[in-house]
Formats: sequence, structure tokens, C-alpha cells
Amino acid sequence: MNASGKIDRAGLLALRGREKALLDTAAPRIFCCSGTGCHATGSIPLIAALREEVARQGGCVQVIETGCNGFCALGPVVIMQPGGILYCKVRVEDAADVVASAGGEPVQRLLYRDPAGQAVASMHEIPFFALQRPWTLRNKGRIDPENIGHAIAHDGYQGLVKALFDMAPEGIIEEMRLSGLRGRGGAGFPTGLKWKFAAASPGDVKYVLCNADEGDPGAFMDRSILESDPHAVLEGMIIAAVAIGAHQGYIYCRSEYPLAIQRLTVAIGQARELGLLGENILGSDFSFDLEIYQGAGAFVCGEETALMRSIEGRRGMPRPRPPFPAQQGLWGRPTVLNNVETLANVGRIIRLGGGHYASIGTEGSKGTKVFALSGDVNNIGLVEVDMGTPLSVLVNDIGGGVPGKRTCKAVQLGGPSGGSIPAHLLDTPVDYEAIAKAGAIMGSGGVIVMNDRTCMVDMARFFMDFIQDESCGKCTPCREGTRRQLEILTRICEGRGEPGDLRTLEDLAAVITDASLCGLGQTASNPILSALRHFRDEFEAHITDKRCPAKRCVALLKFEVDESRCRKCGLCHKACPAGAVIWAKKQTARIDREKCVRCLACFSACPFDCID
Amino acid sequence: MSPLTPAQFAQADAIIAAHRDTQGSLITVLRLCQNIVGYFPLELIGHIASGMNQPLSTVYGVISFYSLFSLKPKGRHNIRVCTGTACYVRGVREVLDRVERRFGVKAGGTCEDGRFSLEPVRCLGACGLAPVMVVDRDTHGGVTPDSACEILEGYE
Repeated sequence: MNASGKIDRAGLLALRGREKALLDTAAPRIFCCSGTGCHATGSIPLIAALREEVARQGGCVQVIETGCNGFCALGPVVIMQPGGILYCKVRVEDAADVVASAGGEPVQRLLYRDPAGQAVASMHEIPFFALQRPWTLRNKGRIDPENIGHAIAHDGYQGLVKALFDMAPEGIIEEMRLSGLRGRGGAGFPTGLKWKFAAASPGDVKYVLCNADEGDPGAFMDRSILESDPHAVLEGMIIAAVAIGAHQGYIYCRSEYPLAIQRLTVAIGQARELGLLGENILGSDFSFDLEIYQGAGAFVCGEETALMRSIEGRRGMPRPRPPFPAQQGLWGRPTVLNNVETLANVGRIIRLGGGHYASIGTEGSKGTKVFALSGDVNNIGLVEVDMGTPLSVLVNDIGGGVPGKRTCKAVQLGGPSGGSIPAHLLDTPVDYEAIAKAGAIMGSGGVIVMNDRTCMVDMARFFMDFIQDESCGKCTPCREGTRRQLEILTRICEGRGEPGDLRTLEDLAAVITDASLCGLGQTASNPILSALRHFRDEFEAHITDKRCPAKRCVALLKFEVDESRCRKCGLCHKACPAGAVIWAKKQTARIDREKCVRCLACFSACPFDCID
Repeated sequence: MSPLTPAQFAQADAIIAAHRDTQGSLITVLRLCQNIVGYFPLELIGHIASGMNQPLSTVYGVISFYSLFSLKPKGRHNIRVCTGTACYVRGVREVLDRVERRFGVKAGGTCEDGRFSLEPVRCLGACGLAPVMVVDRDTHGGVTPDSACEILEGYE
């Protein structure tokens, strides 16, 4: 280390050795999740309470605040090391017991319980964790994201060292090509090829951008990565910069992710201080620096040309390509834009070699993929599996299946540009081509499980509402076409569907797909087309019979109790906020239509599906 | 009467001066300036436009494009209800309906007495807690129509 506090290659190695020694102690440590999900369930006061308890009880237990652990629905989550004991839903009141159990017997009442009610001590025995392969998420839940030393102890920035000192830019690009890594933002374009184009573009000024504008509803992979391991993303960006010869970068991050922005800011500051960013990185003659640019809430800004316009301070509207950003991107200069998850893979690929990465996954889809599993599924959270893993493993084994007595109807993948895969196709492997064949897309990795109470027409309407709202308005097919589609779907949901509607929807879809300017419009009709492909009979039931088979479309419901099926339990009566359900003990319930506000509370409450 | 005090204009001036010479900083300036009053009164837009040496139409165009920016004043408490897919699948529509009815506020609007603004937002990325409602800075997960109203009663 020199006088300014900056380190060189040897200094980084020495630092890694020191940090590793610190982490490798057998002393008990408490890792408490401090991601957005756990913050909301109370991890901030919990961490304070744990630290107070440690001070009170004495001893050398370390409390480490980590990023998102991935087991979001059961937060706050605490992992005790050594041993990997997992505690779920830990409250401030539990702090004394948690600290006391460090290095000893686990606290039984806080352990995870499997569906059979059996307590499971080690996280490695819980299918949710055991069936995953953490590659991109290798550091989740085991490092403090605001401590660069932790990242370095776990081999952070070692890929950068190799790229800077032992490889030529062409070699880096070749290694990336060899790895077979495809863009994890959704489109799946080969990363090595993208870098090759940008490297070949002439010019002294080039840019590396990180797309952290994760706008897909139901996706939170990027947020979790940024919150748990921001240094992996920085390392990926610096390596990309070395490969293409860029000296300035931007991370375009949603302002809806304040915690991610805060942790990135801290990480950038620490990297700069150590000399991993800025002039003469690690004593080499390469310089690169980066800034965070906060988005202002526009889904279309996830599209690369729109994102660049937004960084330029303008309305985030896409432009036609070519010229491609690799030739003319930000401020007209050659630019590489990669998504957070893609970049988080880079450092490790360079460190271990492209061939190593390519040995995981399938023929056309290499490596692992992070999925955000949510919706009607027992274990909601962040899941990373090998490419090629069947969806059923994701939903049933890792996800623990659908809660209650409901069954899985479909799995929605890829956000608004994606589609739904019906339950009978759940053996589809997660692989770009196989998923596309089943009628959805890999997308950024949002997986939403839907139970049999989901109306597919209503879901198509929901996505169209989103797309229509988020269309930037620049090109007519997208602006007007999606609006017409939404109108038609709304009519169908309200029981005013007409026989020719499905044909019109399909015609509109063809035009919008062909004639739209950017990816948002070109994929806007996918939710409709996929729903029509797998669930056409539901659309027809709405239009012809004026009936919603899933009992979701309010206008098509009668709000009547089927007396033959009613078990007289009174749950609907209890749930009704308007006092419209008339019921007395051992009496069939009846709904007073005058008072009924059609809020569906009774439908959700009735366990026997006897309201029509 | 101008909705901005001289002190607030001075704050805006400081933000503009700090960013005026940075390429592409308009959105950053707008984000910071909105924090001063909570929304964009016309005077403020004009002030920023002349300060940044950009046409009023450009600045207005950017403000109206992004959902983070508001042209209307907000209520004392801001309710943000996530309408992402996971929240939708788990019944956020019913939550939104009930809150609208209970507090007499429409989505995107503000109560007559200025108590709440109700803002449906696209995915907050906390799908593990669906349905999610954020009141001011507090995140509430797994809300039901009943619990949402109960939580909101706690904000005056």
C-alpha cells in the first residue's frame, strides 16, 4: 500500500489473506439479513437488539449485517455460523435466546419447519437452499455488503487482477465468448459478442453501462444482487471496461430501490479509496471510474437506447437501431450496456475460466440463472439454479408448491413481455429456447406462480394495462395498438365481449409486434398471445357464456351463495366489510345485493368455493 | 401568492448551480428540486428551466414523462400501493378498492382533507411480502383489505 491508501496487485493479495484469516475463525457469528424484504419485517431493530445482547452477555460473538438472503417471505432471517443454523421470523424479543444459542444448542422455536411440521436445523437440509447452486449469489447472506474486506476475502476483484495484468482485451472477450454467458436482462444476447462489437468500434471515448432499472413486475433479482454483493457488479463493469477500452461508466438504477443505491454508493466509495476505481487501477496504467444515475420511474428506460437518452437527461424514448449502441450509444459514443446479473457473473468467469462456466447448464444456455419466485407459492424468494432445471423443481421442490388447498394453474415468466406456461407443461427446463417453445420467455427471471383462482383473461388485461401505461408514446403501433387491446380485454372482463374480439386481438398483436420501434412494443402482445394459446377456452367462456371460470371478474359474478354446497360455517359473514352477508349459526349464508359492494372478500374467505 | 418561499427558491438555486455544468443532469436536478416542495408548481418549473438554460417545454416534457415527478401537491401521508404481478395475484386489487372506499380517495389522487395521497406504483421488488403497501417510509407486507385500513388509521 502506498501513502495515499491505494493498493496494487500484491497489496490486494495481502489484504485478501488478512481478511480471509479474520473470516475463517471458528468463533460464533450471527449473520442477520438486512435486505429490503427483511427491513420491512423488522431486521433493523433486530440487529440493534442482537448487538445489545452480545454486549450484555459478553463473549466474542460477531453480528454481521448481510444483504438479501433470498428467503424473503420468512424474514427477518438469521443464520448462525458455524453450522449454518437458520432462524426464521426472528423478533426483537428473541434476541437474547439467539445470542445465547451461538455455538451451542439451536433455539427450537425459531427453526424453519418443513410442510410436515418438522423442525430443520441446518439451512443445507432445507430443499429451498439445498437444491440451489449459488454462483451469481455466492456471497448472499455471508458477507457484509458495506464491507469491501468481506468481498475481497471471498475472492472479490481477483478476476479483475487477472484481466488487468495477465490478459489482453481480446483474451478477456474470448474468455467471455467461451463461457457462453448470455445477457440476463431478458434478450439473451451473447455477452462476449456484444463486447467484441464495442471493442472493435473506433474511438477514444467509450462507455460501460449497468442496467439496474429492473422494472419487470415480479422481478427482484437485480435488487437483491446489488443489496447483497455490490462489489461483484463493480468488478464486472471494470473488467468490461478493460475489455472494450472504456474509462467512464454509469449504473442506471431505479429510484424505487433506495437501499440498493445506498449500498452501491458505499461500495463505489470503498473501491475508489482502495484504488480499484479511478486513476491507475491497482497500479496498472488503466483508469476507469463510474457514477450512479438514478432513474425516475419509467419502465421503457430498461430498453437500451431509451436508457441512454435518460442518462442524457431527456425523456427516455427509444430510437431505431442501427446504429447499435456498440457503435453509437451514449452521447454518440460506443457503449456497452449489461444488466446487473450479467455483470455479477463476469468476475468469477474470468477468475475460473470460461470453460468452467460453460460446463454448467445446457447446450444453448450456459451457467446458472437467478429467479425471483413469487405469487401463490409457499417458499417465496430468490432462487438460483442451473440452466436446464425443470420448472417443476423450481415451483414444487424449491418453492414448496402452492399454499392452501389450491392447485397450480400456470406459471408466468418474463414479466409483461413474457407469457404463462400452464401447469401441465411444468417439466419444461429453464433454457432460453425451451421456454420460448412453451410460449413464454426467460426474461429477466421473474417467476410468478398462479393458482386455480387466477383468471387468465384478467391477467392478460393486467399486463396490457401495465404496458399501455408504460408505453412511451413515440410510435403509433405501441401507443394506440396496446390501448385498443386493453379496451377489448376490459370489455371482455366486464362481460361485454363480442364474438370477433379474439380475432381483433390477434390482428392487433401481429401489427404491434411487427411495426413497433423497440422491444417494449414488439413484445407487448406476448401476454395476450400466450394466454390465447393455452387458455383460449377461458376467453370464450367470458365472451360466449358471460362467465368467469376462475371467479375473478367481478362484473361476471352473481354474488349468490350456492345453498347446496354451503357448509354454514359463516366465514363469508365474518369477512364481509359491508355487512351484506346474512348468516346465523347452522344457517345457510345469504348475500344482500343492496348492501353488497362486490369486493370479493366473501369469495376469498369461502374455503368451499360455494359463492357464484 | 407564490407557493415557494424565498428560502426554497434559494435551495433550488443551489441545486441548479451545482449541476448546471454537468452534461445530462436535468433529471438529477428535478429529482432534488422536487424534494424541496414535494411537487412541481409552475413557478418552480420556470425557475429550473431558466436556471438550466433549457426551454420550459423541455423541462415540462421531462417532468410529465417520468412517474417519479408530480405536478400536483401530495397529502400529509403518501400511500404507495404496489401493483406488480405478485401483489396483483395475491389480491392487491381488493386492498386498493377498500382503501379508496374507506378514505374517500381515488388512485392517483389526494383525500379532500389532505390526509392521504394514494399512489399505485409498479413493482417495488419486495414480492416476497406481497401484497405490499408503503406509507411514507414504512413498508407493510402481506396486507389484507382489513389490515391495510387498520394500519392507515394510525396515520393522522
